[in-house]
Amino acid sequence: MRGSHLIACHDCDLLQQVPTVPAGGAARCGRCDAVLTRVIPRTFERTAALGLAALILLIVANVFPLLTLEIQGRLTHMSIVAGAWNLWLQGADWLAGLVFVTTLIAPALHVGLLLWVVLPLAGGRRGPAGARAFRWLQSIRPWSMAEVFMLGVLVSMVKLADLAVIVPGIALWAFAALIPVLAASMVTLDAEETWRTLAPEVPEP
Amino acid sequence: MTMAIERHLATCHACGLLQRLPAGPGHPRAACPRCGADVHARKTNSLQRTWALVVASVLLFLPANLLPIMEVTTLGTPQADTIMSGVVHLLEHGSWPLALVVFFASVVVPLFKILALLLLLITVQRQSAWRPVERTRLYRLTELLGRWSMVDIFVVTVLAALVQAGALAEVRAQAGAVFFGAVVVVTMIAAESFDPRLIWDRLGKETPRHE
Ligand SMILES: [Zn+2]
Ligand SMILES: [Zn+2]
Repeated sequence: MRGSHLIACHDCDLLQQVPTVPAGGAARCGRCDAVLTRVIPRTFERTAALGLAALILLIVANVFPLLTLEIQGRLTHMSIVAGAWNLWLQGADWLAGLVFVTTLIAPALHVGLLLWVVLPLAGGRRGPAGARAFRWLQSIRPWSMAEVFMLGVLVSMVKLADLAVIVPGIALWAFAALIPVLAASMVTLDAEETWRTLAPEVPEP
Repeated sequence: MTMAIERHLATCHACGLLQRLPAGPGHPRAACPRCGADVHARKTNSLQRTWALVVASVLLFLPANLLPIMEVTTLGTPQADTIMSGVVHLLEHGSWPLALVVFFASVVVPLFKILALLLLLITVQRQSAWRPVERTRLYRLTELLGRWSMVDIFVVTVLAALVQAGALAEVRAQAGAVFFGAVVVVTMIAAESFDPRLIWDRLGKETPRHE
């Protein structure tokens, strides 16, 4: 439960007194319908569990082959990192950088920062630099594009279907499983509760 | 209806803390006591920055769609593929639902984003009172959809790496892909620099204009 408090809508700036929100409930802006606050029960424990699952899936996705190509009985494997690496070898530096950030760096930071923030909170204490990590997490999130990359892999498989036999690798399944886990972790993480726990001494106006 | 800005209050864009801004002319700013982010009532130079980025994305959009994004060489014959020819190829050889998804992500979404941001910029600048709720929703949709345009960049990436690994043929990324990637990045930053609260700023202060 979160007590009644004054809030300004982040999308339309309307100042409003939000009534007491029960666990599992949400308050929406009376003018533009934006979600102002959402109260999620056991938010830190649930998000930490999802974060750990995401970490395991991310490691599996980057260690095992993504796709295996079979031509005349010969097998060739391709990993996620090979995508950016191959563009780099082609001399497409700028694209290689963009792919490197969106498929490797940002998802890794996404999962890493999420765990950095919620693991200590789930254990009932405040970890070091939690506020800074949480801010970074929020700015890195739009650039973590696991689900878009998955769609790209799917399209590539269809495009190459005429030329060769393509077998999905373990990394593909791990990456596919990572998408709903990361999406769920965004839903279970109660941002307001996180900030209040990270910095409880700040007075409200 | 009172807006926070009228009471000299502002919401931190990073942590959502409502706080009192220092009094003063112009756009006062302060460091958020909770998370340390720079807090201002409205994003700084939101309109100018968004305009500059939208104009840049319009300029990048043309070469992104006209230039080839990749070149496929099988048995010594190079063949260039643009965004559109890739969709057509998928329609002919693959599946139409996937072709539709790629067409939507690569052609419709970037165009939609640019047009939506232009509409928002122009209506805010004209201080329009037209459908603020719908315009705010349009803004949220623009933020949500933008990332999906990256799909074609990833297709080039995976095709190039797979074909390289299998020594099947050669797939090389071309200039169009660089422009296309730039469109995605620039429109994502443009959406981020637009402040949806500007849509609401003039409401209730001006007599509504019918447009
Ligand atoms: Zn609102
Ligand atoms: Zn803050």
